Amino acid sequence: MPGFAETFLNLAIMQAALPYLLQGLWTTLLLVALVVPLGIAGGLAVALLYRSPRRRVRWPLILYVDFFRAFPPLVLLIFLYAGLPFAGLEIGAFTAVAIGFFLNTSAYYGEVLRAGIESVPRGQMEAARSTGLSAGRAMAWVILPQAVRNVLPDLVGNTLEVVKLTSLASVVALPELLFAARQAQSLTYNPSPIVLAAVIYFVLLWPFVRLLSRLEHRMLAAR
Amino acid sequence: MSQWDRFAETFFNGAVMARYLPDIVAGFFVTVWLAVLVFLAGLALGLALALVRSLRVRPLNALIVLYVDLFRALPPLVIIVLLYFAMPNAGWSPSGFVATWLALTLVLSAFAEEIFWAGILAVPKGQWEAARSTGLGFAATLGWVVLPQAVRVTIPPLTNRTIAITKGTALGSVVAVSEILASAQTAVSFSFNPSPLMLGAAAYIVLFFPVVLFGRWVETRFAWKR
Repeated sequence: MPGFAETFLNLAIMQAALPYLLQGLWTTLLLVALVVPLGIAGGLAVALLYRSPRRRVRWPLILYVDFFRAFPPLVLLIFLYAGLPFAGLEIGAFTAVAIGFFLNTSAYYGEVLRAGIESVPRGQMEAARSTGLSAGRAMAWVILPQAVRNVLPDLVGNTLEVVKLTSLASVVALPELLFAARQAQSLTYNPSPIVLAAVIYFVLLWPFVRLLSRLEHRMLAAR
Repeated sequence: MSQWDRFAETFFNGAVMARYLPDIVAGFFVTVWLAVLVFLAGLALGLALALVRSLRVRPLNALIVLYVDLFRALPPLVIIVLLYFAMPNAGWSPSGFVATWLALTLVLSAFAEEIFWAGILAVPKGQWEAARSTGLGFAATLGWVVLPQAVRVTIPPLTNRTIAITKGTALGSVVAVSEILASAQTAVSFSFNPSPLMLGAAAYIVLFFPVVLFGRWVETRFAWKR
């Protein structure tokens, strides 16, 4: 039986798989660059619309947020990818991933930003308006900066979750990092490519986990 | 046949649904069982790690921080794939159920440790000093004075995190755990009809929607404390 290092940390295999994995990493980063801004924009729309005084506007928004928080993203993805073609909609892996992740992440970002906006005292809006700022400008320049600061740990944490979420795209054969690693593993009959992918994820995300930890502790110390 | 009829016939096919309902129900119980096991083991392990950390032994704390960072940085699916597809090379072949359970437990314990630890830190120092000065030992102070106050602040974030991670049980479908999603997908490929997928989606909503509503209630219930 081969040794542990030869099996899990086989450098020759890792070297051969590296270009393939880096290509996968590139796709992962492209996905993040697409899903994070879309999710934040959708979440912002949810949070702003939620300020409406009308119940029949707020009610569907809560339903939207809670529905997609209750629904596992993988189930959503499979439904879009494998269910919709039965309705004649062949949307392909990339579109399914983009739509599925948008629905999921916009619900989470929406909830975080809503809590942030609600954490800013009402007097801030009144003061901003009384200086002559329009409602839109008061929101953009006075309320939102404070709201974002108040929920910064949650925003960073949520973004971290989105990056990790992209690994689900491997299930619908989108060639991102995890998919590339699985392919390399099945070609070489050796698990080293998966270990290498895990190392890449960790190296990529560790700084953000540290940052998040600091933000959380600073938030706590400030109370 | 109108367009709507054809749509209903495809996505809400009564015959197909009736035929595969027992499979989905069986998958439902696998999901519930897996989620409960992840919940219990993850929170217990997370609390244990936070308690060890409160002893403030330097090398031990460094290890705990590394453990927490590792499982907060790795995507759960990557851990599941590592356990299920790589571990057999080391002579240990966990079933898909065990691989999914272990991966989600490790991830939940890492997040739970951070939350419990933050909760313990949030209890003012004076509480420790006052409790110790009444003659309580370290363990008694932690168990009777600090933890009850710490748990209060930790409940809302802990609830949300637990929901997010137990939803990950659907990832078990990738490693052949016959939970809801896998049962539905198998049924779709046998019947060549997407109705079982609709049933599966309904099962997830039945299971997790009340939990999300409970989480919302918990958040408002404990809000004054923050």
